[in-house]
Order: sequence, then structure tokens, then C-alpha cells
Amino acid sequence: MESIGVLMLIPMNTYLEQELQKRYNLFKLWTAPQKPQFIKEHANSIRAVVGNAGAGADAELIEALPRLEIVSSFSVGVDKIDLAKCREKGIRVTNTPDVLTEDVADLAIGLMLAVLRRLCESDRYVRSGKWKKGDYKLTTKFSGKTVGIIGLGRIGMAVAKRAEAFNCPICYYSRTEKSDTKYKYYPSVVELASNCQILVVACPLTEETQHIVNREVMNALGPKGVLINIGRGPHVDEPELVSALVEGRLGGAGLDVYEHEPEVPEELFGLENVVLLPHVGSGTVETRKVMADLVLGNLEAHFLNKPLLTPLV
Amino acid sequence: MATEVEDHRPLVLVHHLASFKLPLQDRLITHFRLFDSLASPEASSVLALICVGPTPVTVDTLDHLPSLRLVVGSSAGLDHVDLVECRRRGIAVTNSGDAYSENVADYAVALLLDVLRRLSAADRFVRSGLWPQQGEYPLGCKLGGKRVGIVGLGSIGYEVAKRLVAFGCTVAYNSRNKKPSALYPYYANVHDLAVNSDVLIVCCALTNETHHIINKDVLTALGREGVIINVGRGALVDEKELVQFLVQGEIGGAGLDVFENEPNVPKELFALDNVVLSPHLAVSTPESFEALNEVIIANLKAFFSNKPLLSPFQQE
Repeated sequence: MESIGVLMLIPMNTYLEQELQKRYNLFKLWTAPQKPQFIKEHANSIRAVVGNAGAGADAELIEALPRLEIVSSFSVGVDKIDLAKCREKGIRVTNTPDVLTEDVADLAIGLMLAVLRRLCESDRYVRSGKWKKGDYKLTTKFSGKTVGIIGLGRIGMAVAKRAEAFNCPICYYSRTEKSDTKYKYYPSVVELASNCQILVVACPLTEETQHIVNREVMNALGPKGVLINIGRGPHVDEPELVSALVEGRLGGAGLDVYEHEPEVPEELFGLENVVLLPHVGSGTVETRKVMADLVLGNLEAHFLNKPLLTPLV
Repeated sequence: MATEVEDHRPLVLVHHLASFKLPLQDRLITHFRLFDSLASPEASSVLALICVGPTPVTVDTLDHLPSLRLVVGSSAGLDHVDLVECRRRGIAVTNSGDAYSENVADYAVALLLDVLRRLSAADRFVRSGLWPQQGEYPLGCKLGGKRVGIVGLGSIGYEVAKRLVAFGCTVAYNSRNKKPSALYPYYANVHDLAVNSDVLIVCCALTNETHHIINKDVLTALGREGVIINVGRGALVDEKELVQFLVQGEIGGAGLDVFENEPNVPKELFALDNVVLSPHLAVSTPESFEALNEVIIANLKAFFSNKPLLSPFQQE
């Protein structure tokens, strides 16, 4: 197995890196001083690419790797992979669905609570010594607020289940209405936003869902509404989001993802109705280990000519 | 000459320290005639008082109120009321009932998610501009599958349990008495609960028996990866011990809304990323105070019409 070349695009997990190093001839793209040169140099031995939410096999990379057989993503989102190109060339693609669903849903609820109850802001209040001078102000109750979910897939459903335990009524938007659910369906995101107090982005990023949360949606959500993004940065029109928050047209936001990670609009740093996380949706010790094992398992299955564990293509 | 309209509103004392105001007090005036001084001549005939926040109700207070038959508390905890003395004098006591339960339960879950997933620490990290420089943020801990031990399965503990079950946690509890209606495993003491838990959530009342119920022995039993969340009263936890455990890395983390000597918070905690600190905010929402107002009015109306009280205080 050691002669099989695997190209890892960016650092993502030490355990995964070590295991890949043990089992394959691992090429770490981020260590290359000249990336295109590096790829050219090793193109003939690279049969697999390992990427994640931040970096994937785009058309250019696929073209540069004539022996590429499989792309295994350390993420569930595959918006950075040119799926059409992979299909065209018979390249397999795997991701890590299900194993991270709970952590991401937990984080969505965590963000809702943190924004509505001003958790991070009040922690700052204590640490800065301000509590000695006076009490922090009132915040807003979370239980019972209507939660609107964009995309009722695995993650969306897990968010709904958790929010229901807080007596939150649930409504949703998705491309087609789901017949097997009791939640209220709205045929457009604007209508969904007009009828909920907390709006959660939980759908995949595709050409259609780019900027699915735009100015109109944010205005509909309103000065008391809160946007939670646990999807991808490009789901939300970020400059519009910043002005909506700064101008008070949107009540608050809990963000785990941004259009140009790791860059985060600095205007948000001074806002107390915003919680900013560095893309940690699946970021627990337990889940990253399971995700890494899934990547390793998929690669192993492929090179042993066995059925892939979690194929997308 | 015009005759004066008779005032049928019952008389109620609003018992409050200078720094504490009763939220939405003006709504009570429709139903009750209020006064607020123990020195007033009306003190000798008043039958009911509303105790605002942590204003103490002591033997001395009660000596000023010979006709008192009811103390209406405005908090879930009643550790500032001399309950033994009230019982001795045949004075009924009510607390905030369910008015705060959901908000406090929400807050307990919020603190737990914050500690395990490092929400406040990660937010600090992003705001300081470190993300582009330092890359990946350290991993947190998964909430699903954690064994949660609830100390005090009253109305707040019950709401906490209900929420955490939806996240895939398993729940067990300790209370003064086992609850036949509760479906969760019961442990007769907090030490045994701690041995079998990854997380302890403290939501019981503060009494002589529960003072420092979370002590060195319980913290040791909880273990190095254990997390403690306190939304009860500061004195339920031996704060000095907890600080030692946290500073020395002998416990996984803590989410604290209450402290032994508020608003003072041990400075050693400020440097720790696995600790979330909150300035006693678990109930602080407008919705809580609306609900509280309704409970206070309901208890008083029931009392004055000889009906059963809505939320008589019951020790769990």
C-alpha cells in the first residue's frame, strides 16, 4: 500500500495525517513552497486526494492529477469539490455524513442560546470586572421561540428535534415539501423568515443556495430576529449581513462560517448581539476521530476493491 | 358631596431592600393596596407580604408583622426566608413556582454547551483576530452520550433533564427523596451520582443540609474530565475547592451563574478557558418577570379568597 500516493490539501487532523503517513505515500500540499510544481512532480503517483470544508478537488486540480481515482473529504459538505468533473472522469467521492450530525446540531442550539441569552457577552462582563459596578441587563428567553430551518436534511432534523425539547415551534423551507414531517412548510425563504424568530441555515451549498439568505430575507427576519449559520459562509450575503446588523435591521446572528474563512468582518467584533465561532461545527475530539476513521475506511475500501463506506459519487 | 368609592383591594406589604425593586409592581396596584415600610401603622394588620429578591425575612421581620399569614417569594430559592420560623407561626410561603423554570433550564443547558464546545472562549479567539494567525481552534467535547447528573430534580431540574435527553445525554439524579414519577435513575447521595456522571448540574435549593453539597469529595468523584454547572446558589458549591480543582486541572470545566460572594468572582478563574462565568442571569428575561408577576398575583388572589395557593414552597 505504501506506493499509493495520497495528496492531503491542508492540515486538518493530526491523527488522520499520521495514519495516512503510515499507510500511504503521503504528500502534504501545504508544505510545498511552489504548489503547482509540487503537484506536477508527484502527479504520477497520486491516486487519492484528501480535502475538507476548506479545500477540495476543483477542476484544475483534477486535471493536474491524471491518476486520481478517489477524493475523500474530511467533511460532509462537498461544495469545494467539482462533482461533475469527478463523475465525468469516473473519480469516486466520499464524505463524512451522519457522524457529525449531532455535533453540528448541538452547536446550532448553542449559538441560539448564546445569542439570545448573551452568554459570551456576559462572560466578558464578569471577566472585565463590570459586575462589581452593576447587574447585566435582561436578555431574551429562548424556550418557545419559533425556529425556522432552511434545509430539513439530517442536520436540519437534528436541530428541530433539539429545539422541540425547548418547546420551540418548528417551520422549514426546502426545495420540496417533505410529506413525512409534521413541521410547517413555507415555499420560500422570505416567507419562512417572516414567520420565525430564529432562522437556521442547514442546507448544502450549491449554485442555487448561494446567498440564499440575502437582504430581503434578513429584513423579513427583522430587528428581533436572529440568524444562525452552521452551513457555509456563501449561504449568506456577508456584506449585507454586516450592514443589517450594524443598522439594527437584524436582531442578532450566531455564525460558525464565513465567506472567506478565516477572515471575519471586523465590524462584527464590536457587536454584542453576535456570536462568532471559528468553524467548529464538528470540532470535538470524539467526532473528528470518527470522521478520520471514515476517511481512512473509505480509502482502504477503495484500494482493496471493496464497496465504499460513504460514497457520494 | 361625592361619596368616596370603597377600596376593596386587600392590603399587601412589599418587603424590599433599597436596592431591589419588584418588577412590574404597577400591575399589582389594580388588585392590591401596597405599602413598603415595616414602620408603617399598617404593618400590624397586614396579612400578606411580597418578598422582593433576596430581601431577608427574619424573626425580627416577622415580629413587626403580628397578623401575617403569607409570604410570597419572588424567586425560586427561599434561603433568605426563615422557613422554620414561618412554619412555627403558621405562615404559608410561596415561591416563583414555574415562572423561572424554563429560563433557568435553558441557561443551564447554555452553560453546558458553552463549556463543552468552548463557545465563549472561541468567540474571544475570533474577536481578538487570532484565527488567521493561529489556524485551527482546539477541539471541544461532544455533548451527546454524556452522563448528566442532576442535583435536585425540582421543576428546574426536570426541565433541564427534558432538554438534555434530546441531545442524546443520559440523565440520573439526586434529590432529598426519590421521585416515583421520574423515569431517571436515582442516587441516594451526590457522591454516588458524581461517580456515575460526566456532568453535574446543580439546581437544588440552598438549605442547611445542602450548603457545600458539592465539596472536595464530590469533585474528586466527578473526575478529571468532569464538568460542573451551577445555576442554584453559590453556597451549594465549596468555591475555594472548586477553584483549586480548576486551576490544577483536576476537573474538566465549570459553568457558573452563581457565586458564594456575589458580585465577587475568584480572579483565578478569569484566566481559564474551560470556565464560563455569568453574573447571576439565569432568570433575567422579560418573559420571566411577566410569568413571575402572574404567579404572585395568582398566589395572592388565591390566599385572599381562601383557595389553595398556586406555588406553596415544597422542599425537594
